[in-house]
Amino acid sequence: MRSRWSYVYFAFYLLLGVVLLFLNNDLSKAVITLMNVIIVLVPLIGTIFGVMYYYNSQEFTELLLAQPIKRSSIFLGQYLGVALSLSMSLILGLGIPFVFYGLFESSAIWDFSLLLITGTFLTLIFTALAFNIALSNENKIKGFGYAILLWLFLAVIYDGLFLMTLIFFEDYPLDKVSLIGTMLNPIDLSRTLILLKLDISALLGYTGAVFKQFFGTSFGLIVSFVMLTVWVVMPVLRIIFKSKKKDF
Amino acid sequence: MKHILALLAVILMTQFTCAQTVEVCKTCPISTLSDGISQAKDFDTIVVKKGTYKEHNVIVDKPLTIIGENYPIIDGELKGEIITIISDNVTVDGLFIINVGNSYTADYAAIRVKNSKNFLIQNLVLEKLFFGIYIEKSRDGKVFHNKIIGEAVEEYNSGNGIQLWYSKNVLIEHNFVQHVRDGIYLEFSDFCTIKNNVSTLNVRYGLHFMFSNDDLYEDNTFENNGAGVAVMFSRRIKMFNNSFKENWGTASYGLLLKEINDAEIKGNTFEDNTIGINVEGSNRINYTHNTFKNNGWAIKVKGACYTNIFTENNFLYNSFDIAYNSKVNDNEFDKNYWSSYTGYDLDKNGIGDIPYRPVKLFSYIVNRTPETIILLRSMFIDIIDFSEKVSPVFTPDDLLDNNPLIKKLTW
Repeated sequence: MRSRWSYVYFAFYLLLGVVLLFLNNDLSKAVITLMNVIIVLVPLIGTIFGVMYYYNSQEFTELLLAQPIKRSSIFLGQYLGVALSLSMSLILGLGIPFVFYGLFESSAIWDFSLLLITGTFLTLIFTALAFNIALSNENKIKGFGYAILLWLFLAVIYDGLFLMTLIFFEDYPLDKVSLIGTMLNPIDLSRTLILLKLDISALLGYTGAVFKQFFGTSFGLIVSFVMLTVWVVMPVLRIIFKSKKKDF
Repeated sequence: MKHILALLAVILMTQFTCAQTVEVCKTCPISTLSDGISQAKDFDTIVVKKGTYKEHNVIVDKPLTIIGENYPIIDGELKGEIITIISDNVTVDGLFIINVGNSYTADYAAIRVKNSKNFLIQNLVLEKLFFGIYIEKSRDGKVFHNKIIGEAVEEYNSGNGIQLWYSKNVLIEHNFVQHVRDGIYLEFSDFCTIKNNVSTLNVRYGLHFMFSNDDLYEDNTFENNGAGVAVMFSRRIKMFNNSFKENWGTASYGLLLKEINDAEIKGNTFEDNTIGINVEGSNRINYTHNTFKNNGWAIKVKGACYTNIFTENNFLYNSFDIAYNSKVNDNEFDKNYWSSYTGYDLDKNGIGDIPYRPVKLFSYIVNRTPETIILLRSMFIDIIDFSEKVSPVFTPDDLLDNNPLIKKLTW
């Protein structure tokens, strides 16, 4: 089950990469387009796939639980299996066409590797969140519903609320608020990380010392990566915690 | 006729034979440049040999040619102005001038040309300067192939590399200016040509026009300045084939236009600037064949701009193509290539079948609340931009390119 879907996923990215390069003839523009795709699609697929996998293998998991194996290693193993195979599909699927297209001689290589790194982080984060949802909801329909809602919230609604807040409080100094707001959403966080590479000239247009320090130095990059790591670690810890307590 | 020609020839010959060469060196009878000048007659040539000459307030009051051999150093010892030219027909060539005095009341320059005609200043190297080459109330001269490297940090206590004040018909060519306040500054100077210069890393502007009309600048490079070029309160300026790069920062522009009328901007490249062109109160400007690439904002229009025409430009991967701060539009966009155009071309004539709207709603929001820039390229923003595109409410609804090109323009 798992392997078949990850092949499909791999094929999808392979096709996407090939088509993009075929149509664009320009590596850096293809990277920008991919960024939009990755930021929306990777979390969606990570979430759906994570929930789906958990519910599908529930009976097998219960069988495994009867064996003398540590609970944490069962669930962590499942989680890592899904997340890593998804990440591999992403990296290979996009990497192969770009490498063939002459990525190594191009200046876009850093942008591209940043893209793959954020893509991998997003897969790890959203699969972990999906496992959390699935662990907390016995009801499959409910679980799927929450998973989709989570994705929709973080990908779209959050930004809407964020924007409204910023406009509503526009009379106050907002640069710290806006940076913190970004940190609290992994999708925004990865978007900012990529913005740092692609749109730095626009970002520097805003007058604000905090912004300037964040975007103008490697400080922003480091903080973003730390936050992404925190975003992976927190849900994984909850998986371990929850799986130890859960009644099957 | 023949007689007259012969006579002229004889006069010219005698002129040349009369012109003497005066040598200045450390061990010669004449050991300073000022002595050399006072001993020389009109139209003599002064050759300054290699060495260090500690001089300031050198006044060139007769038509002379001053040539430095192997770059002799004229050291002003920070005492004030170094060379002042007050005569017509003076040539200064091949000197290395350092240590111009700093002052808050007088504009000391390494070399000043005052009320003179037909001057030629070339192959100079200026370092540790306040003002570099200062040309005031002069005309018909040439400033060619000089290298000016300052140490400016702050605006208030630094001077400009090449400054023209009330001058006419001056050619500024092949100069290299770095680390000063304004690389090249023109005030009340008309009919000047600025060509093939490289102006980088300056504190304020690479090139700055104030109240100057009918000037031309072409093939220059402006990189990494506070702002690339500022053109203010001037008319009929031609700007051709320049390159504006990496002018980054909160108030940084590739090109700043303020109160400019009837200008022509053609064939320029704007790359990696925070704002490519910032336009304020400027009318009747033609923008053609320019390339805007990877800028934060390609063009920011700030009101009171009428009858500006943008045709056949390339807008490539800018975070924002055009930003407006009003709902009124009297400018025309036609036949440009926009990399973010998503339309189609069914009749295959190279022109997209649906118009392109270069102003996004988001650029409006950013204008109002600058912090929202952090939401750039978010999906929510794409959605609201899309809905604004379908039915414009906040952006000028007549602001569109009716004939967006499908393929990037090449010239």
